[in-house]
Amino acid sequence: MHELDGWTLLAILGMTAISVITRGFFFISEREWTLPEWAQRGLQYAPIAALTAVIAPDILLTEGVVGAVLRDARTWARWRRPVSTSGVGAAVT
Amino acid sequence: MIMPLPPDPGELPARGRLGAWLARRVDTWARTARHPLFWVGAREMAGVSIGLTAWAFMTSVAMVKSGMSITESVLMSLLVFAGSAQLAAIPLIAADAPLWVVLAAAFCVNLRFVVFSLHLRPYFMHLPRFKRLYLGYFTGDVTYVLFTRRFPRPPETEGQRRAQGSYLWGGNVTNWVFWQSLSMLGIFLGAALPSRWGLEFAGTLALLAVACSMVTTRLRALSAITAAAAAVVLFGLPYRLNIVAAIAVAVAISLYAEPRPPAAGDDAGARDA
Repeated sequence: MHELDGWTLLAILGMTAISVITRGFFFISEREWTLPEWAQRGLQYAPIAALTAVIAPDILLTEGVVGAVLRDARTWARWRRPVSTSGVGAAVT
Repeated sequence: MIMPLPPDPGELPARGRLGAWLARRVDTWARTARHPLFWVGAREMAGVSIGLTAWAFMTSVAMVKSGMSITESVLMSLLVFAGSAQLAAIPLIAADAPLWVVLAAAFCVNLRFVVFSLHLRPYFMHLPRFKRLYLGYFTGDVTYVLFTRRFPRPPETEGQRRAQGSYLWGGNVTNWVFWQSLSMLGIFLGAALPSRWGLEFAGTLALLAVACSMVTTRLRALSAITAAAAAVVLFGLPYRLNIVAAIAVAVAISLYAEPRPPAAGDDAGARDA
Protein backbone atom coordinates (compact mmCIF):
# COMPACT_ATOMS: atom_id res chain seq x y z
CA MET A 1 0.00 0.00 0.00
CA HIS A 2 2.77 2.44 0.93
CA GLU A 3 5.80 1.13 -0.94
CA LEU A 4 7.63 3.57 -3.19
CA ASP A 5 9.20 2.06 -6.26
CA GLY A 6 12.37 3.85 -7.40
CA TRP A 7 11.44 3.65 -11.07
CA THR A 8 7.95 5.03 -10.46
CA LEU A 9 9.43 7.83 -8.32
CA LEU A 10 11.73 8.71 -11.21
CA ALA A 11 8.76 8.79 -13.59
CA ILE A 12 6.84 11.03 -11.17
CA LEU A 13 9.77 13.44 -10.81
CA GLY A 14 10.29 13.49 -14.58
CA MET A 15 6.61 14.25 -15.14
CA THR A 16 6.79 17.03 -12.54
CA ALA A 17 9.67 18.57 -14.48
CA ILE A 18 7.60 18.28 -17.65
CA SER A 19 4.66 20.04 -15.97
CA VAL A 20 6.94 22.92 -14.97
CA ILE A 21 8.74 23.09 -18.33
CA THR A 22 5.66 22.91 -20.57
CA ARG A 23 3.63 25.37 -18.51
CA GLY A 24 6.51 27.82 -18.35
CA PHE A 25 8.10 27.06 -21.71
CA PHE A 26 8.10 30.61 -23.03
CA PHE A 27 8.74 32.19 -19.63
CA ILE A 28 12.23 30.73 -19.28
CA SER A 29 14.09 33.07 -21.60
CA GLU A 30 14.09 36.80 -21.01
CA ARG A 31 15.37 37.64 -24.45
CA GLU A 32 13.12 40.17 -26.13
CA TRP A 33 11.50 38.87 -29.27
CA THR A 34 8.18 39.25 -30.93
CA LEU A 35 6.07 36.53 -32.36
CA PRO A 36 5.38 36.59 -36.11
CA GLU A 37 2.12 38.34 -36.83
CA TRP A 38 0.37 35.20 -38.17
CA ALA A 39 1.28 33.30 -35.01
CA GLN A 40 -0.20 36.05 -32.84
CA ARG A 41 -3.45 35.77 -34.77
CA GLY A 42 -3.28 31.98 -34.62
CA LEU A 43 -3.04 31.97 -30.83
CA GLN A 44 -6.67 32.94 -30.41
CA TYR A 45 -7.76 29.71 -32.09
CA ALA A 46 -5.42 27.41 -30.13
CA PRO A 47 -7.09 27.14 -26.69
CA ILE A 48 -10.52 26.18 -27.98
CA ALA A 49 -8.88 23.76 -30.41
CA ALA A 50 -6.98 22.13 -27.52
CA LEU A 51 -10.10 21.78 -25.38
CA THR A 52 -12.25 20.29 -28.11
CA ALA A 53 -9.39 18.02 -29.22
CA VAL A 54 -9.16 16.61 -25.68
CA ILE A 55 -12.90 16.09 -25.19
CA ALA A 56 -14.07 15.14 -28.70
CA PRO A 57 -12.62 11.61 -28.66
CA ASP A 58 -14.05 11.13 -25.15
CA ILE A 59 -17.51 12.18 -26.22
CA LEU A 60 -17.55 10.62 -29.67
CA LEU A 61 -15.44 7.47 -29.30
CA THR A 62 -14.48 6.39 -25.78
CA GLU A 63 -17.75 7.17 -24.05
CA GLY A 64 -19.38 5.64 -27.05
CA VAL A 65 -22.04 8.11 -28.16
CA VAL A 66 -20.91 7.51 -31.73
CA GLY A 67 -18.75 4.49 -30.97
CA ALA A 68 -21.57 2.60 -29.29
CA VAL A 69 -23.98 3.45 -32.08
CA LEU A 70 -21.49 2.14 -34.63
CA ARG A 71 -20.77 -0.98 -32.59
CA ASP A 72 -24.44 -1.61 -31.91
CA ALA A 73 -25.67 -4.33 -34.25
CA ARG A 74 -29.17 -2.83 -34.18
CA THR A 75 -27.91 0.27 -36.03
CA TRP A 76 -26.95 -1.85 -38.98
CA ALA A 77 -29.84 -4.29 -38.61
CA ARG A 78 -32.36 -1.46 -38.84
CA TRP A 79 -31.06 -0.51 -42.27
CA ARG A 80 -31.28 -4.05 -43.54
CA ARG A 81 -34.73 -4.72 -42.07
CA PRO A 82 -37.56 -5.03 -44.60
CA VAL A 83 -39.86 -2.01 -44.84
CA SER A 84 -42.83 -3.87 -43.36
CA THR A 85 -41.21 -4.43 -39.94
CA SER A 86 -39.29 -1.17 -39.61
CA GLY A 87 -42.27 0.46 -37.93
CA VAL A 88 -42.32 -2.30 -35.29
CA GLY A 89 -38.58 -1.90 -34.72
CA ALA A 90 -38.92 1.82 -34.21
CA ALA A 91 -41.79 1.29 -31.77
CA VAL A 92 -39.75 -1.20 -29.72
CA THR A 93 -36.73 1.06 -29.54
CA MET B 1 -4.40 48.43 10.03
CA ILE B 2 -1.24 47.74 8.08
CA MET B 3 1.51 46.13 10.14
CA PRO B 4 4.95 47.70 9.68
CA LEU B 5 7.32 45.34 7.91
CA PRO B 6 10.47 44.12 9.69
CA PRO B 7 13.72 46.01 8.98
CA ASP B 8 15.88 45.41 5.94
CA PRO B 9 16.78 41.68 5.88
CA GLY B 10 20.46 42.45 5.25
CA GLU B 11 20.94 43.63 8.83
CA LEU B 12 19.40 40.55 10.44
CA PRO B 13 20.89 37.21 11.50
CA ALA B 14 19.83 34.15 9.47
CA ARG B 15 16.80 33.34 11.59
CA GLY B 16 15.59 36.92 11.38
CA ARG B 17 16.03 36.91 7.62
CA LEU B 18 13.77 33.86 7.32
CA GLY B 19 11.18 35.57 9.49
CA ALA B 20 11.35 38.76 7.46
CA TRP B 21 11.05 36.83 4.22
CA LEU B 22 8.02 34.92 5.56
CA ALA B 23 6.41 38.15 6.77
CA ARG B 24 6.81 39.68 3.31
CA ARG B 25 5.40 36.56 1.66
CA VAL B 26 2.36 36.53 3.96
CA ASP B 27 1.88 40.25 3.35
CA THR B 28 1.95 39.73 -0.42
CA TRP B 29 -0.47 36.81 -0.24
CA ALA B 30 -2.83 38.77 1.99
CA ARG B 31 -2.75 41.70 -0.43
CA THR B 32 -3.55 39.36 -3.33
CA ALA B 33 -6.36 37.67 -1.41
CA ARG B 34 -7.90 41.00 -0.36
CA HIS B 35 -8.18 42.17 -3.96
CA PRO B 36 -11.83 41.95 -5.09
CA LEU B 37 -10.79 40.24 -8.34
CA PHE B 38 -9.21 37.40 -6.34
CA TRP B 39 -12.72 36.39 -5.27
CA VAL B 40 -14.17 36.96 -8.73
CA GLY B 41 -11.54 34.57 -10.09
CA ALA B 42 -12.20 32.12 -7.27
CA ARG B 43 -15.97 32.19 -7.84
CA GLU B 44 -15.73 31.75 -11.61
CA MET B 45 -13.30 28.87 -11.17
CA ALA B 46 -15.50 27.24 -8.52
CA GLY B 47 -18.38 27.14 -11.01
CA VAL B 48 -16.33 25.00 -13.36
CA SER B 49 -14.52 23.05 -10.63
CA ILE B 50 -17.55 21.00 -9.62
CA GLY B 51 -17.30 19.06 -12.86
CA LEU B 52 -13.50 19.02 -12.98
CA THR B 53 -13.26 17.48 -9.51
CA ALA B 54 -15.01 14.40 -10.85
CA TRP B 55 -12.16 14.22 -13.33
CA ALA B 56 -9.59 14.56 -10.52
CA PHE B 57 -11.41 11.84 -8.61
CA MET B 58 -11.34 9.45 -11.56
CA THR B 59 -7.70 10.21 -12.35
CA SER B 60 -6.83 9.17 -8.81
CA VAL B 61 -9.02 6.09 -8.93
CA ALA B 62 -7.23 5.19 -12.18
CA MET B 63 -3.82 5.59 -10.49
CA VAL B 64 -4.73 3.33 -7.57
CA LYS B 65 -6.50 0.80 -9.79
CA SER B 66 -3.46 0.58 -12.08
CA GLY B 67 -1.43 -0.80 -9.17
CA MET B 68 0.36 2.34 -7.96
CA SER B 69 0.73 2.50 -4.17
CA ILE B 70 -1.03 5.17 -2.12
CA THR B 71 2.30 6.95 -1.52
CA GLU B 72 3.08 6.98 -5.24
CA SER B 73 -0.41 8.18 -6.14
CA VAL B 74 -0.38 11.00 -3.55
CA LEU B 75 3.09 12.10 -4.73
CA MET B 76 2.05 12.02 -8.37
CA SER B 77 -1.11 14.04 -7.75
CA LEU B 78 0.64 16.68 -5.61
CA LEU B 79 3.74 17.04 -7.81
CA VAL B 80 2.67 16.39 -11.39
CA PHE B 81 -0.71 18.18 -11.03
CA ALA B 82 -1.76 17.51 -14.62
CA GLY B 83 -4.79 15.26 -14.99
CA SER B 84 -4.57 14.48 -18.68
CA ALA B 85 -0.80 13.81 -18.57
CA GLN B 86 -1.35 11.53 -15.58
CA LEU B 87 -4.17 9.69 -17.35
CA ALA B 88 -1.93 9.22 -20.38
CA ALA B 89 1.04 8.02 -18.30
CA ILE B 90 -0.82 5.67 -15.92
CA PRO B 91 -1.28 2.77 -18.34
CA LEU B 92 2.32 3.20 -19.56
CA ILE B 93 3.68 3.07 -15.99
CA ALA B 94 1.52 0.05 -15.23
CA ALA B 95 2.90 -1.68 -18.34
CA ASP B 96 6.51 -0.91 -17.30
CA ALA B 97 7.06 1.10 -20.48
CA PRO B 98 10.51 2.72 -20.86
CA LEU B 99 10.88 5.96 -18.91
CA TRP B 100 11.35 8.06 -22.04
CA VAL B 101 8.05 6.78 -23.46
CA VAL B 102 6.20 7.79 -20.27
CA LEU B 103 7.83 11.23 -20.35
CA ALA B 104 7.26 11.63 -24.10
CA ALA B 105 3.56 10.84 -23.65
CA ALA B 106 3.27 13.32 -20.76
CA PHE B 107 5.09 15.96 -22.80
CA CYS B 108 2.86 15.55 -25.83
CA VAL B 109 -0.34 15.73 -23.80
CA ASN B 110 1.10 18.83 -22.11
CA LEU B 111 2.15 20.49 -25.39
CA ARG B 112 -0.97 22.64 -25.25
CA PHE B 113 0.57 24.31 -22.18
CA VAL B 114 3.52 25.39 -24.35
CA VAL B 115 1.03 27.21 -26.55
CA PHE B 116 -0.65 28.71 -23.48
CA SER B 117 2.72 29.93 -22.13
CA LEU B 118 3.42 31.65 -25.43
CA HIS B 119 0.09 33.43 -25.10
CA LEU B 120 0.69 34.30 -21.43
CA ARG B 121 4.25 35.54 -21.97
CA PRO B 122 3.38 39.26 -22.32
CA TYR B 123 1.16 38.95 -19.23
CA PHE B 124 3.90 37.41 -17.07
CA MET B 125 7.18 38.96 -18.25
CA HIS B 126 7.08 41.73 -15.65
CA LEU B 127 7.70 39.06 -12.98
CA PRO B 128 11.12 37.59 -12.10
CA ARG B 129 11.86 34.22 -13.73
CA PHE B 130 11.21 32.06 -10.68
CA LYS B 131 7.82 33.67 -10.10
CA ARG B 132 6.91 33.29 -13.76
CA LEU B 133 7.62 29.57 -13.65
CA TYR B 134 5.88 29.22 -10.29
CA LEU B 135 2.76 31.02 -11.51
CA GLY B 136 2.86 29.11 -14.79
CA TYR B 137 3.04 25.76 -12.98
CA PHE B 138 -0.14 26.55 -11.04
CA THR B 139 -2.02 27.82 -14.12
CA GLY B 140 -4.04 24.93 -15.53
CA ASP B 141 -6.23 24.68 -18.61
CA VAL B 142 -9.37 26.21 -17.20
CA THR B 143 -7.73 29.02 -15.22
CA TYR B 144 -5.79 29.95 -18.37
CA VAL B 145 -8.99 30.00 -20.41
CA LEU B 146 -10.93 32.04 -17.84
CA PHE B 147 -7.99 34.42 -17.40
CA THR B 148 -7.46 35.18 -21.08
CA ARG B 149 -11.22 35.45 -21.58
CA ARG B 150 -11.48 38.12 -18.88
CA PHE B 151 -8.25 39.92 -19.83
CA PRO B 152 -7.83 39.99 -23.63
CA ARG B 153 -4.83 42.32 -23.26
CA PRO B 154 -1.65 42.14 -21.16
CA PRO B 155 -1.41 44.57 -18.22
CA GLU B 156 0.10 48.01 -18.80
CA THR B 157 -0.16 49.71 -15.40
CA GLU B 158 0.77 48.51 -11.93
CA GLY B 159 -2.94 48.46 -11.00
CA GLN B 160 -3.75 46.21 -13.95
CA ARG B 161 -0.89 43.89 -13.02
CA ARG B 162 -2.23 43.62 -9.48
CA ALA B 163 -5.79 43.03 -10.72
CA GLN B 164 -4.78 40.36 -13.24
CA GLY B 165 -2.47 38.60 -10.79
CA SER B 166 -5.18 38.55 -8.13
CA TYR B 167 -7.79 37.18 -10.53
CA LEU B 168 -5.42 34.47 -11.77
CA TRP B 169 -4.39 33.43 -8.26
CA GLY B 170 -8.03 33.34 -7.18
CA GLY B 171 -8.72 30.84 -9.93
CA ASN B 172 -5.50 28.90 -9.37
CA VAL B 173 -5.95 28.48 -5.63
CA THR B 174 -9.57 27.38 -6.08
CA ASN B 175 -8.60 24.97 -8.82
CA TRP B 176 -5.73 23.52 -6.75
CA VAL B 177 -7.82 23.04 -3.61
CA PHE B 178 -10.75 21.43 -5.46
CA TRP B 179 -8.46 19.27 -7.58
CA GLN B 180 -6.21 18.00 -4.79
CA SER B 181 -9.06 17.43 -2.30
CA LEU B 182 -11.02 15.24 -4.67
CA SER B 183 -7.81 13.66 -5.86
CA MET B 184 -6.92 12.56 -2.32
CA LEU B 185 -10.48 11.33 -1.79
CA GLY B 186 -10.17 9.32 -5.00
CA ILE B 187 -6.87 7.79 -3.92
CA PHE B 188 -8.13 6.70 -0.51
CA LEU B 189 -11.57 5.55 -1.66
CA GLY B 190 -10.29 4.21 -4.96
CA ALA B 191 -9.70 0.65 -3.86
CA ALA B 192 -13.28 0.38 -2.55
CA LEU B 193 -15.04 1.59 -5.70
CA PRO B 194 -16.20 -0.37 -8.72
CA SER B 195 -13.70 0.42 -11.44
CA ARG B 196 -16.12 1.91 -13.91
CA TRP B 197 -18.76 4.42 -12.90
CA GLY B 198 -18.13 6.70 -15.86
CA LEU B 199 -17.36 9.57 -13.47
CA GLU B 200 -14.60 11.01 -15.67
CA PHE B 201 -17.31 11.94 -18.15
CA ALA B 202 -18.45 14.70 -15.76
CA GLY B 203 -15.01 16.29 -16.24
CA THR B 204 -15.41 16.02 -19.99
CA LEU B 205 -18.81 17.73 -19.80
CA ALA B 206 -17.31 20.54 -17.67
CA LEU B 207 -14.64 21.12 -20.32
CA LEU B 208 -17.35 21.05 -22.99
CA ALA B 209 -19.21 23.85 -21.19
CA VAL B 210 -16.02 25.93 -21.08
CA ALA B 211 -15.37 25.27 -24.77
CA CYS B 212 -18.92 26.38 -25.68
CA SER B 213 -18.46 29.64 -23.79
CA MET B 214 -15.35 30.34 -25.87
CA VAL B 215 -17.15 30.17 -29.19
CA THR B 216 -17.46 33.93 -29.55
CA THR B 217 -16.64 34.20 -33.25
CA ARG B 218 -17.38 32.10 -36.31
CA LEU B 219 -13.69 31.38 -36.81
CA ARG B 220 -13.41 30.03 -33.28
CA ALA B 221 -16.38 27.76 -33.97
CA LEU B 222 -14.54 26.59 -37.09
CA SER B 223 -11.44 25.99 -34.96
CA ALA B 224 -13.45 23.93 -32.46
CA ILE B 225 -15.17 21.80 -35.11
CA THR B 226 -11.94 21.23 -37.05
CA ALA B 227 -10.03 20.27 -33.91
CA ALA B 228 -12.77 17.89 -32.78
CA ALA B 229 -12.91 16.20 -36.18
CA ALA B 230 -9.12 15.96 -36.48
CA ALA B 231 -8.74 14.58 -32.94
CA VAL B 232 -11.29 11.85 -33.68
CA VAL B 233 -9.89 10.99 -37.12
CA LEU B 234 -6.29 10.88 -35.79
CA PHE B 235 -7.26 9.02 -32.61
CA GLY B 236 -5.04 6.10 -33.67
CA LEU B 237 -1.83 8.14 -33.24
CA PRO B 238 0.33 7.04 -30.28
CA TYR B 239 0.90 9.06 -27.08
CA ARG B 240 -2.24 11.12 -27.73
CA LEU B 241 -0.39 12.98 -30.47
CA ASN B 242 -3.84 13.39 -32.05
CA ILE B 243 -4.42 16.33 -29.68
CA VAL B 244 -1.30 18.18 -30.83
CA ALA B 245 -1.99 17.41 -34.47
CA ALA B 246 -5.61 18.55 -34.12
CA ILE B 247 -4.55 21.89 -32.61
CA ALA B 248 -2.11 22.47 -35.47
CA VAL B 249 -4.69 21.59 -38.12
CA ALA B 250 -7.43 23.71 -36.50
CA VAL B 251 -5.21 26.78 -36.11
CA ALA B 252 -3.91 26.47 -39.68
CA ILE B 253 -7.39 26.13 -41.15
CA SER B 254 -8.79 29.01 -39.06
CA LEU B 255 -5.91 31.27 -40.15
CA TYR B 256 -6.48 30.27 -43.76
CA ALA B 257 -10.22 31.00 -43.44
CA GLU B 258 -9.67 34.49 -41.99
CA PRO B 259 -10.99 37.31 -44.17
CA ARG B 260 -8.19 39.12 -46.01
CA PRO B 261 -6.64 41.66 -45.98
CA PRO B 262 -6.71 42.40 -42.24
CA ALA B 263 -7.64 45.98 -41.38
CA ALA B 264 -4.76 48.32 -40.49
CA GLY B 265 -3.98 48.46 -36.77
CA ASP B 266 -5.86 45.22 -36.12
CA ASP B 267 -4.22 42.72 -33.82
CA ALA B 268 -5.01 39.46 -32.06
CA GLY B 269 -6.13 41.17 -28.88
CA ALA B 270 -8.67 43.37 -30.63
CA ARG B 271 -10.56 40.35 -31.88
CA ASP B 272 -10.91 38.74 -28.50
CA ALA B 273 -14.42 39.16 -27.23
